[in-house]
Amino acid sequence: MTIRKSTAMIAAITMLAVGACAKKAPDTLPPAPEGTGTDTGVDTGTGVVPGSQEDFVANVTSDRIFFDFDQYNVDAQDQATLQSQAQWLQRNPAVRVTLEGHADERGTRDYNIALGERRANAAKNYLASLGIDPSRISVISYGKERPAAIGSNEEAWAQNRRAVTVVIGR
Amino acid sequence: MFLRPISLSFALLLTSAPALAQTAPTPPAVTQTEPRETIEGTLSQERTVIGIPPFATASVQTVAGLRTDSLGRQLADVIAADLERSGLFEPIGPNGVRAITRAEVQAPRFGEWQARGAENVVHGFVDAGSNGSLIVGCYLYDTALGSELVRKGFEIQPADWRRAAHKCADAIYSRLSGEAPFFDSRVAYIAESGPKGNRIKRLAIMDSDGGNHRFITNGQALAISPRFSPDYKKIVYVSYLNNRVRVFIYDVASGTQKLVTESANATFAPRWSPDGTQILYSMAVGGNTDIYRISANGGTPVRLTTAPGIDVGGSFSPDGRKIVFESDRSGSQQLYVMNIDGSNQQRISFGGGRYATPEWSPRGDLIAFTRMGGGEFRIGVMTPSGGGVRMLTNSWQDEAPTWSPNGRVIQFFRTTPGREGKSSLWQVDLTGVNLRRLPTPQDGSDPSWGPVLP
Repeated sequence: MTIRKSTAMIAAITMLAVGACAKKAPDTLPPAPEGTGTDTGVDTGTGVVPGSQEDFVANVTSDRIFFDFDQYNVDAQDQATLQSQAQWLQRNPAVRVTLEGHADERGTRDYNIALGERRANAAKNYLASLGIDPSRISVISYGKERPAAIGSNEEAWAQNRRAVTVVIGR
Repeated sequence: MFLRPISLSFALLLTSAPALAQTAPTPPAVTQTEPRETIEGTLSQERTVIGIPPFATASVQTVAGLRTDSLGRQLADVIAADLERSGLFEPIGPNGVRAITRAEVQAPRFGEWQARGAENVVHGFVDAGSNGSLIVGCYLYDTALGSELVRKGFEIQPADWRRAAHKCADAIYSRLSGEAPFFDSRVAYIAESGPKGNRIKRLAIMDSDGGNHRFITNGQALAISPRFSPDYKKIVYVSYLNNRVRVFIYDVASGTQKLVTESANATFAPRWSPDGTQILYSMAVGGNTDIYRISANGGTPVRLTTAPGIDVGGSFSPDGRKIVFESDRSGSQQLYVMNIDGSNQQRISFGGGRYATPEWSPRGDLIAFTRMGGGEFRIGVMTPSGGGVRMLTNSWQDEAPTWSPNGRVIQFFRTTPGREGKSSLWQVDLTGVNLRRLPTPQDGSDPSWGPVLP
């Protein structure tokens, strides 16, 4: 897993955030057939099911945001990522997500569960502030139980201090 | 589980070994008049040499598939291992030691043991009892004085033979150290396997020496932070069953479990009250974590903390009147003490670094904790008012202390760094010496040591 924060993407998102409403690239996918009883998605030929995790990851800046050591504030980069997620969620109003909060291994187990809760909730609250119905978002903290990077160095820890948005269905 | 202490009376010995009285040799006369010094009330690194030959049997019989003669050796093995692990004793035997006769049990050859340097000697027997039970007796002698110091007898079901050994070791340890017993106790912990990024974590239980190991959960749901109830009948722990973080009470006898409380929020970090009637847990609501107390039978939880931030964990004082817990309300994790109704919350940790996972000693005089600083986690102790901080371990990550029933030994788990980093269970004396790794079939974490069995 690489940490990629494209400057171009952030610029595009910033434009969106100020209401420019210009997508970086046109959505090549047909609109999902909402509420037609076929909401398990249709094969679009690209293999990506609209409203799926794959669709989500392909169309947002990132599925995750990162935090400083023992912190849970959503910084400007995180806001840009969450804005892209909010737009996707607005395009897929029937989709629900789980926000997974995680911590690096440099905290005690129980505290890290509480810290992961803080991080997941910080992300949830920001999405809600962008107009996403909080009832569509559940949170779970994994504390230090599920590291994304398994090294014991600053690079690995930085990848593990995260909140990940996971599509759980409609 | 069945273990009944019995009095090793003359009559019983006659019953189980009628020929003893006539054939027992007379104990040799005490030739040394200078009284031997015993270790009293303090843990020392000087070890007492103690002879432990295999336990004798009146006649070799097979009870529930166990031969009494091989059991005699296993009993001595467990006792020798217990005493050696305490750090206070240097056992001689049962390996490399002549098997004693049934008659010798009450008439040791003191001169022979003195010649081997043994200050004390343990003799015992295991005989078939009535109704498929076993009778185990053990005796502790002072070889220089030629005197008997301790005798213990137990009627046990064969499956519980290890408990008889632990009870014998406890009696010996207590008599010679002046400390309360602790070997006949159990540990709940988390058995770990699989890659670091996707560990399988199973609830498991074992005796304090690693014997009678048993996996409780199958690993499909992540299990963490178990605590044995004081009567060992239940285990409270956190399960990620159905991708939620919730506290369950597992019933050991029935193999069933129930939620401690129904909530849409994450509940974690459970702890029993000393009398087993109450459970502390932490609950995160909108990212804010507080500590609650609830009856072990359910009912309405009582919220104990209200400060913004993370209030988590907690451990009752042995008298059940106070709770030590951790909070980051000051800006970093520190330890606080409050009354059990949540009143009078006072910070007690003020040294450098972050303090976490406080556990009140069963003796009440100390609180063990994890201190984080300089990139390391270490185990330490302080008084309930925060004084007398002493660090006991020094490694990359030592976390989550739990006390032996007598408050003299602390178990914890140690994690190694890196991509292949693993966790294992360790223990250390209160004095910071006698650091040892506990044997477990897989990697281990989150130990929880229970009280001495009745």
